[in-house]
Amino acid sequence: MSDPTRYRKYHPKLYRTRMPIFWWVRKRAHIHFITRELTSVFVAFYAIELLFLLRTLTLGPEAYDAFLAWLQTPLALGLNTIAFLMIVFHSITWFNLAPKALVIRVGEVRIPPVAIAGLNYAGWAVFSAALAWFILTA
Amino acid sequence: MTQETIALEVFRYRPEQEREPTFQTYEVPLRKDWVVLDALNYIKDEIDGTLTFRWSCRMGVCGSCGMMINGTPVLTCAAFLETYRPGPVRIEPLANFPVVRDLVILMSDFMEKLGRVKPWIITDKEKPVAEGEYLQTPTQLADFKQYSMCINCLLCYSACPVSGLEPDFIGPAAIALAQRYNLDSRDEGSAQRMEVLSQDDGIWQCTLVGECSAVCPKAVDPAGAIQRYKVASTNDWWRSKLMPWGK
Repeated sequence: MSDPTRYRKYHPKLYRTRMPIFWWVRKRAHIHFITRELTSVFVAFYAIELLFLLRTLTLGPEAYDAFLAWLQTPLALGLNTIAFLMIVFHSITWFNLAPKALVIRVGEVRIPPVAIAGLNYAGWAVFSAALAWFILTA
Repeated sequence: MTQETIALEVFRYRPEQEREPTFQTYEVPLRKDWVVLDALNYIKDEIDGTLTFRWSCRMGVCGSCGMMINGTPVLTCAAFLETYRPGPVRIEPLANFPVVRDLVILMSDFMEKLGRVKPWIITDKEKPVAEGEYLQTPTQLADFKQYSMCINCLLCYSACPVSGLEPDFIGPAAIALAQRYNLDSRDEGSAQRMEVLSQDDGIWQCTLVGECSAVCPKAVDPAGAIQRYKVASTNDWWRSKLMPWGK
């Protein structure tokens, strides 16, 4: 004989919410995060600008001079200033986050997170100084 | 002298009588030694016995009294009322979870995800008892101890926008606990866990907002655990491409 017992499953009437599209404007930490993500657009802008500059080298001195002239227009200066500030923000935020991903041990001792971030900053300073020296003394 | 009070705006959801939640305001004594959980218990005992919420240890160990206070996930047993003076204090259930009733959330989804990352010690071959204990040095213990402090309070899931936007994301606590076992010198199950966590709903969903670590009451740093996992996963991938003959 089959067992006629039937159990009623637990079916709660759950209340669910959806995240609003502007969820990121409510908290400072979230605005900070979205800004950091947006900075990648400006990294791409710099890369594209550099590619255009390289392209002018293949097109001859006139194209190169025209591009340099464009770079001195208020629009280009404004865009590059914004891009520069965003890339500084990009670099600082990612350098500060680097110790989260990098846990390095030397023997038994763990390299402190400050030192890992510091090495990134030091590398940044050295490369920037080298680049500045190369450009200014060329 | 009359006792100073503070208003608590509490999220109410009674599925048998309403489809949408409402907020109910209660005036409770503002006592210096009270945490928000004490105030909720005061409401339950003295004002409204129908208010439903989870709690147990009252000392930040059990992880059951997590709620949103003024929009931030916290353990209510560790949040002094006085901090929120003059009020009102808005108390809601943990965000990013379905609500069963009032301040009680359904956590079955997390329990399923936790099981998937195999949070236990996996060994290829178990050592016979006669061979003695698995010994560990203090340095080996220090490697994973931080991640073992997780109390499954789920504050990190509430703080994580990715968990809210992508409900399939395995999430901060489960990944931190996977890392707790991966980094344990006695464990040999990291490849099995990597299979689960390198999928679409695993570590790569994390965009490093970092709020999970900011709200963690036990300083577990799940965000750090996930980033370390990403590095390990990337190294694994390169190793498999450059040295396909290796393990």
